[in-house]
Amino acid sequence: MARSLFEKIWARHVILQREDGAALLHVGRHLVHDGTAAAFVSLAERGVKLRRPDRTFGTPDHYVPTTSRDVASVSDAGRRNMIESLEASAKELGFTAFGLGDRRQGIIHVIGPEQGITQPGLVMVCGDSHTASHGALGALAFGIGSSEVAHVLATQTLWQAKPKSMRVVVTGALSDGVTAKDLILAIIARIGAGGGTEHVIEYAGPAIAALSIEARLTLCNMSIEAGARAGMVAPDETTFAYLKGRPFAPAGAEWARAVAYWRSLPSDEGAVFDRDVTLDGAEVAPMVTWGLSPETALPVTGVVPDPAGEPDAERRAAMAQALDYMGLIPGTKLAEIPVDRVFIGSCTNSRIEDLRAAASVIRGRRVKVPAIVVPGSGLVKAQAEAEGLDKVFLAAGMEWRHAGCSMCVGMNGDVVGPRERCASTSNRNFAGRQGRLARTHLVSPAMAAAAAVTGRFTDVRGFLRES
Amino acid sequence: MEPFIRVTAAAAPLNLPNIDTDQIIPARFLWRPRATGYGGLLFHDLRFLPEGGEDAEFVLNEPRYAGAKILVAGRNFGCGSSREQAVWALADYGFRAVIAPSFGDIFYNNCCQQGVLPVVLAEVEVTALAAAVAAPGAAQVTVDLERQSVTGPGNFAASFDIAAFRRRQLLEGLDDVALTLALIEAIESFETVYDRELPWISALH
Repeated sequence: MARSLFEKIWARHVILQREDGAALLHVGRHLVHDGTAAAFVSLAERGVKLRRPDRTFGTPDHYVPTTSRDVASVSDAGRRNMIESLEASAKELGFTAFGLGDRRQGIIHVIGPEQGITQPGLVMVCGDSHTASHGALGALAFGIGSSEVAHVLATQTLWQAKPKSMRVVVTGALSDGVTAKDLILAIIARIGAGGGTEHVIEYAGPAIAALSIEARLTLCNMSIEAGARAGMVAPDETTFAYLKGRPFAPAGAEWARAVAYWRSLPSDEGAVFDRDVTLDGAEVAPMVTWGLSPETALPVTGVVPDPAGEPDAERRAAMAQALDYMGLIPGTKLAEIPVDRVFIGSCTNSRIEDLRAAASVIRGRRVKVPAIVVPGSGLVKAQAEAEGLDKVFLAAGMEWRHAGCSMCVGMNGDVVGPRERCASTSNRNFAGRQGRLARTHLVSPAMAAAAAVTGRFTDVRGFLRES
Repeated sequence: MEPFIRVTAAAAPLNLPNIDTDQIIPARFLWRPRATGYGGLLFHDLRFLPEGGEDAEFVLNEPRYAGAKILVAGRNFGCGSSREQAVWALADYGFRAVIAPSFGDIFYNNCCQQGVLPVVLAEVEVTALAAAVAAPGAAQVTVDLERQSVTGPGNFAASFDIAAFRRRQLLEGLDDVALTLALIEAIESFETVYDRELPWISALH
C-alpha cells in the first residue's frame, strides 16, 4: 500500500500499539532549552535517570540576554536561574548542551539543523511548539508540554494518538520579493489558525521543492500557527547537500547508509491524505497581519477589514476586539500603517538567508525607527559578520545583537512597549506576545527591513525594483 | 494526578475564538516554580487592568462566576505555545473542565496530563451552552466523563467523544511515567533493533 512520508516515519517508531488508540513512540531526538526546568525537577523528584543522554541536546535560548553573553548581566534571579539550571542539568545528566559561552549556542530550532542533529526520518520532540520547524529536513517533529517532556526524559518514548494527515501542494513558483514566510502566512490565512488541528501537514509541489532548507524551516516552523501537530517536507538532494559535513550528521560509511534510508522516505505515488489543499505559488504576495492571530494575514496591497462585513457573531466580536487592541481603523491601507519599531529574528526568520534578505533592502539606507537584528545562533552571527552584514545593519542605524529568542516572546526582557507597533519577523501576533499591549504585525525579513527604512509597511517588490 | 469522574459546578462563558496560551498565562510569568501557585495569574492581562485592579468587564470577575469550575470557551482554545503553565493556571484557579468546539492539540494533551478534562462539543452546542450559563440565575453544569455527557441549564444535554486512552488516563488519574517504565523490556528490545538498523543516530560526538 502506498504510504506517506509521515506514515513511514510513524510506523518506524511505534514500539507498541494499544487497542485503546495509544501508540508508544520511540523518540530519536529530544531537544531541551531553558524553559524545560520543570521537567528536570519532575525527573529528579521521581528519582529517575535520564534514559538516553545520547539522544538529548540542549541550549538556552528563551531567557538569554542579547546584549551580552554574560549570564551575570541577567539581573532577575528567577530568569538567571533558568539559564544556569539548563547547563547544570546537562553536566549532571550527561547530555550535549551548547551553553551561553559556546559560539554554537542559539535558538534550539536554529541550531538543531545547523549542527546536523536534525535528520530525515526521525521522530523529534521538544517542549516548544515551534519544534515543527525540524520537519523541513523530513523529520516528524512536534512540540509537547512539560509533563510529556518529563516522560521523554525518563523513557525516551511518548504516548500519542496517530494524527490525521494533510497535504498542502504549492504549484508554480514564488515571485521575486515573496518568501517562505509570505507563503506560510498565505496558507494559514487560507485554512485558518485551527485548520490543521489534529493533522500533520506535508508541504509538496514544485514551489516547495525549489525552496532552500532555510526557507523550508520557516515554512514548517509556522505549521503550529495553522494548528497542525507538525509540518514536513520530503528529504531530497537539497536536504542531503545541506546536511553533509555537519558536526552531528552521519559521516564516512554511515553517510551512504543514512542517505539510502532517507531516499526511501518520500511519500509513495498514490499515498492518500485525509485532506488535500492546493495553492498557486505565483499568486502569493508579500503578507502583513493586521489582527491577533496569524490567520489575519493579507497581501500588503490590502486594507484593514471591516467587522461589519463579517456575518458570524463570534468572528465579528473577535475582529472588533483585535482592531481595538491593534489601534486600527477599517479601510486603512496596510501600506499606510506607520510602525514604531522593527524586530528581525526568532526561530522563524533568523537564519543566514533571512539576514541576507534584510541586508539587501537595508544596504546604503538609514532606518527611521528603532530596529534590532537578532541572529538565530552564534554561528549565524559569525557567518553574517564574515559577509559584512553586521556593518550594513549598523551603518543603517540598527542594533546587532547576540543570539536568542529575544523579542519574539520577550521572556529575556527584549519587549515592545505598550501600544507600540512592531513589524516583526516572528511567528505570533497574539495579544501581549511581545509585551503587554504591544501591537505585532508579522512580516518577512525583507518586508521588515523595508518598513524600518520607510517607517511604514511597504511593498518590498516595488522597493526592490526602485533600488 | 486527581482523577476526573464527574464534576457539577458553575460554568463561565468566554465567547472568543483563538484564545491562545499567551493570553491564558503571559510569558513573563513562566519562570516561576509551580509551587508558587498559578491561579492568580490565569488570564492575567484580561483579568487585570494595566494600571492595576480587576477589569470588571472580564467574565471571571463577575461575582456569579466566582466558584466556576467549568469554562465554556470558543474554537481553537489553547492554541499557540506549548506552555503547560496554561493548564497549571486553569487548574490552580479551580477549573476542572474546559468545553470548546476545538482545542490546540498540545494544550489538549497537557490538560489530560493535569487532570483537567477538555470536552469537544459541536459549535452550535457550545454556543447554546454559553448562552444558557450566561442567563441570570443559571443552574450548574455537570460534566460526566464516565457517561461522556454534559448537562446544564435549560435542559441542555450533549454527549462527547474522547480517545479511550485519554479517558482512562483521566478517570484513573494515571501517572504515565510509572506506566511506561513498567514496559521497559519492550522499549529496550525496540531500541536494540533500531540502534542496529540506524546506527548513525546513536553516534556520540
